[in-house]
Amino acid sequence: MRHYEVTFIVDPVLSGDEVKSTAEHIQNELRQAGAELVAVDELGLRQLAYPINKRSSGIYYCIEFKCESAAWLGKFELNMTRNERLLRYLTVKLDKYGVKYNDDKRNGRIGKRKVETTSGTSEEGGDLAPAVVNLDA
Amino acid sequence: MAASREDVKFLSNPKIGLRRKKYCRFRKFGIKYIDYKDAEFLLQFINEQGKILPRRITGNSLKYQRRMATAVKRARHLAMLPFVGDLLK
Repeated sequence: MRHYEVTFIVDPVLSGDEVKSTAEHIQNELRQAGAELVAVDELGLRQLAYPINKRSSGIYYCIEFKCESAAWLGKFELNMTRNERLLRYLTVKLDKYGVKYNDDKRNGRIGKRKVETTSGTSEEGGDLAPAVVNLDA
Repeated sequence: MAASREDVKFLSNPKIGLRRKKYCRFRKFGIKYIDYKDAEFLLQFINEQGKILPRRITGNSLKYQRRMATAVKRARHLAMLPFVGDLLK
C-alpha cells in the first residue's frame, strides 16, 4: 500500500456549499479510482502568501489516501488541473515517517508539547491570579 | 608583588571568543518527517527575503537540509510561504 497526500486550495469566492461539493467531488473521484481515504483534513480559510489568480485567500483541504496502484494518479491530476474551482493542488507521496507523523498529528501526539506549554502557562497564570487575590485579601 | 603569568590568564573570560557548536536539530530531537504544511516551523530556515538558509548557517545535516529545502519549496507552491518576501521576520 502506498500512501499519498493531496493538498488543494479551493477558490474562496465560491459559496460554502459549492466549496463542500468541490471537496466531495474530489473525494468521490479518489474513491472511484480505488483509493482508500485515510483522512480528510479541512485546514480552512487562509491568507495566501502571494496572490494566485487575483485571489488573496483560499480554502485549504488536505486528503490522505492509500492505494495499491497509482496508475490513475496522472489522470486524477489532470482533472485537478482542469477543475476551475481550484487555485492550486499538490500531490505528495508519503514515506513511512510521513504516515506516522500524520497519524500522530491526528491523535494529538504532535504539537502536544506546545499545547502543554500553553496550558502550563495558563495554569501558572491561573495559579498566579488567586495568589494575587489572596494578597489583596 | 607583580602578578604571575598564571593569574593574568584568568583576567579575561576564556570562553569569550568561543562559538557554540552548531548541530542538526532534526537529528538531535529525532524529527524524521518535515511537514510542508507547517509554515511557522519552516520560517526558521528562511531569511527575511524568503530565501532558504544555507547549511553553513542552519547547521542541518545534509539529509535533513535537503528534506527541509523540499518542504520549503512545497510550501511555496501552496502559497504558505512566499517566493519573495520583504521583512518576513
